[in-house]
Amino acid sequence: MLWACILLPQLALDGVLRRHATPDEPLVLVDGPLQRRMLRAVNAAAKAAGLRAGLPLPTAQAICARFAAVEHDPADTARWHDFLAAWAYRYGAQVSRQMPASLLVEVEASFRLFGQWPRMEAMMREELVALGFRHRIALAPNPWAARALAGVHDGLAITHDAPLRQALGQLPVERAGLPPEAATSLRRMGLRKLAQIYALPRAALARRVGTDTLDQLDRLAGTLATPLDCYQPPDHFQARIEFNYEVGATGQLLFPLRRMTGDLAAYLAGRDGGVQRFVLKLEHERGAATEVPVGLLAPERDPAMLFELARGRLDPVQLAAPVRALQLIARELPPFVPSGRDLFDVRPQQAVPWEQLRERLRARLGDAAVHGLSIHADHRPERAWRDHGDSAEGPPLPRPGWLLPQPIPLRERSPRILAGPERIESGWWDGDVRRDYYVIETAAGQRAWAYCPVGEREGFMLHGWFA
Amino acid sequence: MSNVVALDHLFDARRLWRGQPQARPPSRQPTGFPLLDAALPSGGWPEAALSEVLLPLDGIGELTLLWPTLARLTHASGLVALIAPPYLPFPAAWANAGVRLDRLQVVRAEPRDAPWAAEQCLRSAACAAVLCWPQQPDDRTLRRLQLAAEAGQCLGLAMRPASAAAHASPAALRLMLETNPARLRVLKCRGGNPPAQPLSWPLPAGPSPAPIPDSPSEAVPDRA
Repeated sequence: MLWACILLPQLALDGVLRRHATPDEPLVLVDGPLQRRMLRAVNAAAKAAGLRAGLPLPTAQAICARFAAVEHDPADTARWHDFLAAWAYRYGAQVSRQMPASLLVEVEASFRLFGQWPRMEAMMREELVALGFRHRIALAPNPWAARALAGVHDGLAITHDAPLRQALGQLPVERAGLPPEAATSLRRMGLRKLAQIYALPRAALARRVGTDTLDQLDRLAGTLATPLDCYQPPDHFQARIEFNYEVGATGQLLFPLRRMTGDLAAYLAGRDGGVQRFVLKLEHERGAATEVPVGLLAPERDPAMLFELARGRLDPVQLAAPVRALQLIARELPPFVPSGRDLFDVRPQQAVPWEQLRERLRARLGDAAVHGLSIHADHRPERAWRDHGDSAEGPPLPRPGWLLPQPIPLRERSPRILAGPERIESGWWDGDVRRDYYVIETAAGQRAWAYCPVGEREGFMLHGWFA
Repeated sequence: MSNVVALDHLFDARRLWRGQPQARPPSRQPTGFPLLDAALPSGGWPEAALSEVLLPLDGIGELTLLWPTLARLTHASGLVALIAPPYLPFPAAWANAGVRLDRLQVVRAEPRDAPWAAEQCLRSAACAAVLCWPQQPDDRTLRRLQLAAEAGQCLGLAMRPASAAAHASPAALRLMLETNPARLRVLKCRGGNPPAQPLSWPLPAGPSPAPIPDSPSEAVPDRA
């Protein structure tokens, strides 16, 4: 097995920047208690202005007059971590987001699909750049080594144990993922590189630094296997962008919308699905959110198409109140069927089998919306049918093509009786029915199937049409 | 008389050409009524297109008009979808008319969703015929249904009120049933002029298009 580690050194900042309208202007992430705000991360423009992470906020304000400060939100960062795990899921079945700010993907199993590692790495990098996340990638035979190597190298690919031992040997002690106090004490002993530590007798080392450190060293070397928590993709997609200003026109929502549909497409490609229906929720300061449903004819996952469709639905919406947040929710993610077809297939382009069509109809109209018809052996007309199962033998008697769901009084002054009566008397065990049925022609020329109580010839109830 | 030019000279000089009536292939979708087939330019329903049946009232013979076609299609294992029918199709009568019930699917939909469902069914090519009852459709909806029927190579049948006759429609064929007297009028048919005279209704049924093993032929109701 070969594990790729995608290290995301600026995950929190990139997550904020990518939905910021002006990412080229100075922007910093701040956190810490109110009276001691610290800069947590700075973007390139802020760095050029002299800001750096770790500065107290008042100092930063003294250095640079104008910069945007965004509160660091760990939950938001976790969401982006999840999102990228969903993206990475397309490159390998085993994806772990267990280690902070990094993704581990088992890639060797996917080489036959994507090509050898250099090609796959190039694809990953290209997509990460398009998604707007800075990254470092390293490949190693075990996930722990991949994570440690990604911390100091970018683009290193090690596929065998011998070069791995050599590369690990050059690793500084404090970058090896050892417990911090153990790393400090090893450093104070004058041990700078892992090679020096691997050369020490194990028993003595364990006494000095503890078994945790020893386990980590074994994991790096690949002699101790520790299972990772693998990522399971969720079965729906939800993204939300909150604005720190009020949006009054739908045109201003297009930039965040493009990001959202792009993210949706990336997520769909990861789980090899498509989307046929999703909802855009425009949240207001008060009052119910405006919902804009977007429906498609067939499941799709092309980002440009999704954006155009969503934009088409969003444009005519009249905003009742300014928008404070935009949310995209896709709950039904049907499998994506590419439109590639057989060379000699002359079927219409958007053809789908009935089963798939039925599911699509049921998904939108409700589970009971699509049903069949069959004859049920019962004399009472309202019980003489079922919406499933095999048909019984029908009566060889005149029956109307249309049946009214509920009989209604027949509004006909002088009904002309064409045939009847046919007495239907049944169901003493559940809902007794005793009726005389007649075929009646109305003045307008319709043929009705109507009944009246047994023995009478008035008070007709209309029950069907001979259409 | 000098103004009079013989047509032959114009034809010879290639300044005028004679329009050739293009022979259309006969439709593979006969209606089941020889008189109606003869009145239509393609000799049947227009294939892969939307046809409209305009009705002043319910229950004046719309099913009698469609049943032979539906019976033929279902016996050829085609699927027939009814999108939001106004009443419950009574299975005994449909079976008596020769329709295979196991190839019949009913789709219940709100008036808002019904055009969408009809379009999906038409476009999918999974159905042999799609019957729909569009409620006050605008021109765009009908155009979409017509295009979907073309894309899905499907027979689309829309039942609409007779008041719709006053408005133009993209449907390839428009039939109108009238009562008092009962008549069938062809309002529009693609590929030819509609016949001037209405047909008297009910039409005599043609030879049974497919052997119907389950129901004896005398049980086929001959009702208006």
